[in-house]
Amino acid sequence: MSLALPALAAPRIRLWRGAGDFARAQPLGAVSFVIICLMMFAGIFCTWVAPYDPLNIDFASILAPPSWSHWCGTDAYGRDICSRLIYGSRTALVIGFTASFAGASIGAVLGIASAYFGGKIDDYIQRLVDILLAFPLIVLALVVVAAFPRFLVGGIDVNLIAAIAIPIIPRVARVVRAAALSVRVMPYIDAARAAGYSHARIIFRHMAPNVVAPYLIMLTAFIAQAILAEASLSFLGLGVTEPTAAWGLMLSGNAADFYREAPWMILFPGIAISLAVFAFNLFGDSLRDYLDPRFRV
Amino acid sequence: MLTKLARVILATAAFAFAAGAAQAQTPKKGGTLNFAISAETPHYDCHGSDTYATLHFSSPFYSTLLRYNLNKFPEVEADLAKSWTVSPDQLTYTFMLHDGVKFHDGTPLTSTDVKATFDRLRNPPQGVISNRKATFADIESIETPNPTTIVFKLKAVNSSMLDHFASPWNCIYAAKDLAADPNAPKTKINGTGPFTFVEHIKGSHVAGKRNENYFKQGLPYLDGYRGIFMLQAAAMLNALQGGQVLAEFRGVSPAERDRMVAAMGDKLRVEESSWTLNLVVVFNVEKKPFDDPRVRKALLMAIDRWGGSQGLSKISTLRSVGGVVRPGSPLATPEAELVKLPGFSKDIAKSRAEAKKLLAEAGVSNLKFTLWNRNLAMPYTPAGVFLVDQWRQIGVEVEHKQSDTAPYVSALQSGNFEVAIDFNNLFNDDASLAMTKYLSHKGNPLNMSRSNDAEIDKLYEQQVRERDPGKRRELIMALEKRLFEQGYQQPLLWWHRIVLSHKTVMGWKMSPSHNLGADLADVWLNQ
Amino acid sequence: MLRYTINRVLLMIPTLIGVAVLVFFLLRVVPGDIVEVKLRGDGGNVSQETIEMERKRFGLDRPLIVQFADWMIGMAKLDLGRSMWTERPVIEEISLRLELSLQVAIMATLIAVLIAIPLGTLAALFRDTWIDYLMRIITIGGLSIPSFWFGMLIMLSLLAFFNWLPPITFTPIYVDPVANLKQLIWPAIAVGYRYCAVVARMIRSSLLEVLNEDYIRTARAKGVFERLVISRHALRNALLPAITVIGLEFTFLIGGLVVTEQVFNLNGIGQLFVQSVSRNDFMLIQGMVMLIAAFYVFVNLIIDLLYAWFDPRIRYN
Repeated sequence: MSLALPALAAPRIRLWRGAGDFARAQPLGAVSFVIICLMMFAGIFCTWVAPYDPLNIDFASILAPPSWSHWCGTDAYGRDICSRLIYGSRTALVIGFTASFAGASIGAVLGIASAYFGGKIDDYIQRLVDILLAFPLIVLALVVVAAFPRFLVGGIDVNLIAAIAIPIIPRVARVVRAAALSVRVMPYIDAARAAGYSHARIIFRHMAPNVVAPYLIMLTAFIAQAILAEASLSFLGLGVTEPTAAWGLMLSGNAADFYREAPWMILFPGIAISLAVFAFNLFGDSLRDYLDPRFRV
Repeated sequence: MLTKLARVILATAAFAFAAGAAQAQTPKKGGTLNFAISAETPHYDCHGSDTYATLHFSSPFYSTLLRYNLNKFPEVEADLAKSWTVSPDQLTYTFMLHDGVKFHDGTPLTSTDVKATFDRLRNPPQGVISNRKATFADIESIETPNPTTIVFKLKAVNSSMLDHFASPWNCIYAAKDLAADPNAPKTKINGTGPFTFVEHIKGSHVAGKRNENYFKQGLPYLDGYRGIFMLQAAAMLNALQGGQVLAEFRGVSPAERDRMVAAMGDKLRVEESSWTLNLVVVFNVEKKPFDDPRVRKALLMAIDRWGGSQGLSKISTLRSVGGVVRPGSPLATPEAELVKLPGFSKDIAKSRAEAKKLLAEAGVSNLKFTLWNRNLAMPYTPAGVFLVDQWRQIGVEVEHKQSDTAPYVSALQSGNFEVAIDFNNLFNDDASLAMTKYLSHKGNPLNMSRSNDAEIDKLYEQQVRERDPGKRRELIMALEKRLFEQGYQQPLLWWHRIVLSHKTVMGWKMSPSHNLGADLADVWLNQ
Repeated sequence: MLRYTINRVLLMIPTLIGVAVLVFFLLRVVPGDIVEVKLRGDGGNVSQETIEMERKRFGLDRPLIVQFADWMIGMAKLDLGRSMWTERPVIEEISLRLELSLQVAIMATLIAVLIAIPLGTLAALFRDTWIDYLMRIITIGGLSIPSFWFGMLIMLSLLAFFNWLPPITFTPIYVDPVANLKQLIWPAIAVGYRYCAVVARMIRSSLLEVLNEDYIRTARAKGVFERLVISRHALRNALLPAITVIGLEFTFLIGGLVVTEQVFNLNGIGQLFVQSVSRNDFMLIQGMVMLIAAFYVFVNLIIDLLYAWFDPRIRYN
């Protein structure tokens, strides 16, 4: 565990060694990292990896069982489930990463600002965090998805990302504030202020590096949460809509109707979601144990 | 697949046998029927509604003047009226009402109640919504010579008038309730139907119990019923299989039927019929580039209806290819004529090539738009997925937007859409009823495309007044041709109705419309 | 302690007002108008005058700030107004559904806590052994398997293996406990798994932390019987963070069961949320949001007071 701090202090130089140490210290984490990499590979290169066009309707092979030509079978439209899962991993990862990154970053900035400036600003930010925490998640998501005209970037719904990212903000802000407060009282921050450095410089050069560990841990943990949230919203018909390939969506509609004839329709997408979330959770866990064993999310 | 099919056929044959036997069996009294309703009505007023959600909820509490005889559909039979006469000039309709009919609150029903109801239907007071205003516009006056006689005088001959009187939407309300509050039927139930209202637990169910004073002797058979709201098809099918509900009277898809037959075998009854319901592709002609007839026509031509019908009929309630009138009904356009119209060609490759050319001519080769759709799993989602795929094949990129019924209808009515999947929900095969949707938008809120076309209006008016069926069909075909050439709207596919129920549910009658036969008076349980 | 309590209670007020402002104005951004959706929702032919009249009846023609003040005054009198869709009091609309959601949440909590305490304790005691690894995989599984999918699998297994399904209409527990439990135990299990995982992990990590603290070591060194150490000292201190997590998860469950409710066809608060948002029934949404926010704030208050009770340092800070 003592390896953690030096690895953090000079992350660039010892990146590879750090990775090796990490794999040795956290074998489960390494395995989950491999799963994540595989998913990312499938998501990024889905056009080459996927055996079929995920949108291609083929009424001739409706509900075909898994076989060599369709590894995971086909759905009620004769679409290849395996290809839809591969394209779905792109949807899940893009939404998971961007939502978690946006939410965790805004939360971190708020948390650091809250801790650094203190006083009134701290009060205001804390009230805002309280309000956001008290607000039911589902309403926030529903309203954000419904309120603004849909704004698509590359087929991905920005509203959906915002809906998932906003609830992450107050949660990260809280934790980061606590971590930053412990740094705030260090003499070198006062010294930097006395030396007349700008706020921005002090925050980014001196305080930010010390909250990197909780930030990274929460980032990975919330990617898992975001993937789960996207699946739930799509299942409800509020997120991604047909015919776009998304895991949650594949479970909705008539998927459960065919549990006898085509159990693969509800098995594989559920396994895909679970596996992805599992990998990110496990990775986040291992990262926590490795970087900061006393830290709790 | 073959065995599955065989089982379905067996089950259907078994049903035919059971139905025959049912006629011979004497109905048993008693029991409570639990059935599923796949939507929950926002209010109880039949007059202001267009959804079966209101009918499956309210019909058991109310009576209508006439109704359809579901054994001999589309023949009309008496309900509240004992008998009726039509004058030779077809301008006067006289109805004799049953004696001693009482509302659930004990007030006797008289012709004034019927008059108050029809006055509300044809000329709703301020703040009241009647969706039948147009259908009863031909009524000039309503007279009540005595408490059991009511006379309707018309302005002009209307060949559909008896059908309108048999419409399930004309629930008869009490005059005194309407006088107290014209909107009372929205929230309060007081009818003359076979069941009285017990409770409506929001989000859960509606319950009714036997009306001991029902004017039809010996009816109803059931002690009571529970209509349980089950918005998810999966949950509904599970409940049907588990026996928590014994029937769902709207309809399911063939794939769902196969699943249930496989799971329940001979405990399940399957009834099938064509359906007086179709989905319609609508273009908003006020939005660019859909103001250009070439664009609309091209998009219609890209749809492979014949292929789609084959595939979609396996997984959804969609089935028959047809024009504006239900295929198979007397006034329908025959297939040989239909294939000549845009969007109905059997040579889809050629049709698509032409479509691409038309889009290029119109200068919109890289067309992108949003398709509005209802978020009902059956059959709206399959229809949407199908259309997106069809248009993708001529290089058009479509975003599929599905929303709840209320905001969807509201968007369609206010014209806040580009292209949409609309529905034409009919309760009979009357051609006029089927075509009102396509009349000019001015004065016709049913037309979501916002098109105004004097030629279509003229052809419609001519066919209403035409008594010769042959000539009427020609006029209808001319209207169809004009409509599809202009491409404002076009039926996508007609539905196919499959109703599943436990074999213990007896006396319910299948019909081509899920709006009919919902009063449950003749239903009994064979336990 | 009294001063701290008063301080904490006063802090609740700005939070609740903030939630009220946020929900009120956020909802006004949503496109679509309740009156239009309601009147035109099923294809009715409605004149513009009727719509204006209806808007007036609901008081929607008044300036936003007046509407907001009106709503706040009502709330101060504990009156949440009427649903704009059904026109029944919001309280009435919520109460039946709340009963169901609350019961599922309570049952899920019971299931989760009863399993999590032994699971978390064992994992901490046998740290880095196969017991710990197994527990880690089980709990991360709980965090990863979407509870709605788990619920679907439960339902379908009941159907496929026993050809049996839970009842579909809600019976309050005081009317018929058997029918009630038959229906609600399954969703409680479906969400309870995830819940249990969260709590067990928290118990494990805080126990580990406490076990390393000086006074426990002292107690051990003094030879006090190991089991006594755990139950007396360690578990009590480790329970605080666990109680926090339980409280937060519980409040989340009341409004957050949406998807599970859909899978089990339950008539709960989550479903009501989804329906009211799609119908633009602002009064109902506002009422539910305030209720859940109040619940959240209250649970937090209790947790903070508990912390302060156990840890005097907090009180004087």
